[in-house]
Amino acid sequence: MTALASNSHDRAVAPSAVQAPLLACGLECLRGDRLLFSQFDLELLPGEVAQIEGPNGSGKTSLLRILSGLALADEGDVLWRGEVIQYALPEYQGEVAYVGHHNGIKMDLTPLENLAFAQAMAAGKGHLSAMQALAAVKLDGFEDMLCRRLSAGQRRRTALARLLVTGAVLWVLDEPFTALDREGIRVIEELLELHLNNDGLVAMTTHHELHLDISRVKHIQLPQ
Amino acid sequence: MNRITVSEACRAVIKRDLLLAFRHRSEIANPMLFFIIVTSIFPLAMRPDPELLRTIAPGVIWVAALLAGILSQERLFRSDYEDGSLEQLVLSPHPLSLLVLSKIVAHWLVTGLPLIVLAPLIGILFQLPAQDMPVLIITLVLGTPLLSLVGAIGTALIVGLSRGGVLLSLLVLPLYVPVLIFATGAVAAASVGLPVAGQLYILGALLVLSLTLAPLATAAALRISLS
Repeated sequence: MTALASNSHDRAVAPSAVQAPLLACGLECLRGDRLLFSQFDLELLPGEVAQIEGPNGSGKTSLLRILSGLALADEGDVLWRGEVIQYALPEYQGEVAYVGHHNGIKMDLTPLENLAFAQAMAAGKGHLSAMQALAAVKLDGFEDMLCRRLSAGQRRRTALARLLVTGAVLWVLDEPFTALDREGIRVIEELLELHLNNDGLVAMTTHHELHLDISRVKHIQLPQ
Repeated sequence: MNRITVSEACRAVIKRDLLLAFRHRSEIANPMLFFIIVTSIFPLAMRPDPELLRTIAPGVIWVAALLAGILSQERLFRSDYEDGSLEQLVLSPHPLSLLVLSKIVAHWLVTGLPLIVLAPLIGILFQLPAQDMPVLIITLVLGTPLLSLVGAIGTALIVGLSRGGVLLSLLVLPLYVPVLIFATGAVAAASVGLPVAGQLYILGALLVLSLTLAPLATAAALRISLS
């Protein structure tokens, strides 16, 4: 279960309790004076995907931004391999890849240039080259076209190909299937499965029913 | 896994930003055109007196450079913010301050450097004496990177706001004033044959100060703007 008996004010987590690489304890998020969620706990093991669900405005994106280290929780901590991520941010960010609402790709660069840049920003190169990653998301043939000329779905694929070139262990994905066609969704699901088979972790939001091994998918419901 | 060094990452940022600027040439041309237009309109509005032009030349050139700098400054992080690249930059495991410094360097290369190249031509337009020219160039070489570095802090703070242009001017103009005073002071001193080393040293010191501290402040401001 995801529920952990932890106190949000308790910074020191007993090392024995830390087995899951990704651990969130007592997260609380406020937007203005509206409480999105509080006492949110999450434990994610290698090979598991956390599918965060909730109605619009329930704080799914905020949660993912907190998990990725982009934003700070108002209360509580995110721990990666037993360490609060803010205390070891470069190490953590070396192992995380985030694809948010915005693709984070440059319209005036080609997919290949975008991926080469993403690779240079990462801690190390993944096992796939930029070309291989583009082939993996079925964008071969478009690698030298400016992203401005690509369709929304193809841009999304370029952004998702970034996951493959950096060798990240934890993927944080915010609605990754937006704008993708049926085949695109299938391709990304295959990549997700491969990543999970390699002991990767995924935290994602989607309204799409994932076609993955049911034992691997952890459904997490955010309250309204 | 092949490790990627910080210098490789910084080089990639500079290379990407230069490539983007090159594909968007109007963005390079805009501050240059602004600089040329402002400086060439000034003589038309003044008395046709060569002596007067010579006196106001350093001031006009510097004010135009400063305003051109502010105008182009807002674009430093704007498009990266809008398309999500900035999030990716902040999420990079490499030191954000150094990545930001690389962005500032690339930005200065496309907006600041052309002004330095143009300045002598504008100087000739104003009949600036040849012996004042080197001092003017040196002040621009020391001063324009300074403007970019200080401006980056303000730009990072307002990047989340939709209409931050005026706010940016209010934020950074007071910080630009010392640069303006010492730079034009140096050229004015040179034109009457006084030593200029003092002003140049101050500009140099300010440049070193902002080179070391501004990227840190900018990185912190970006993290705040994005969280």
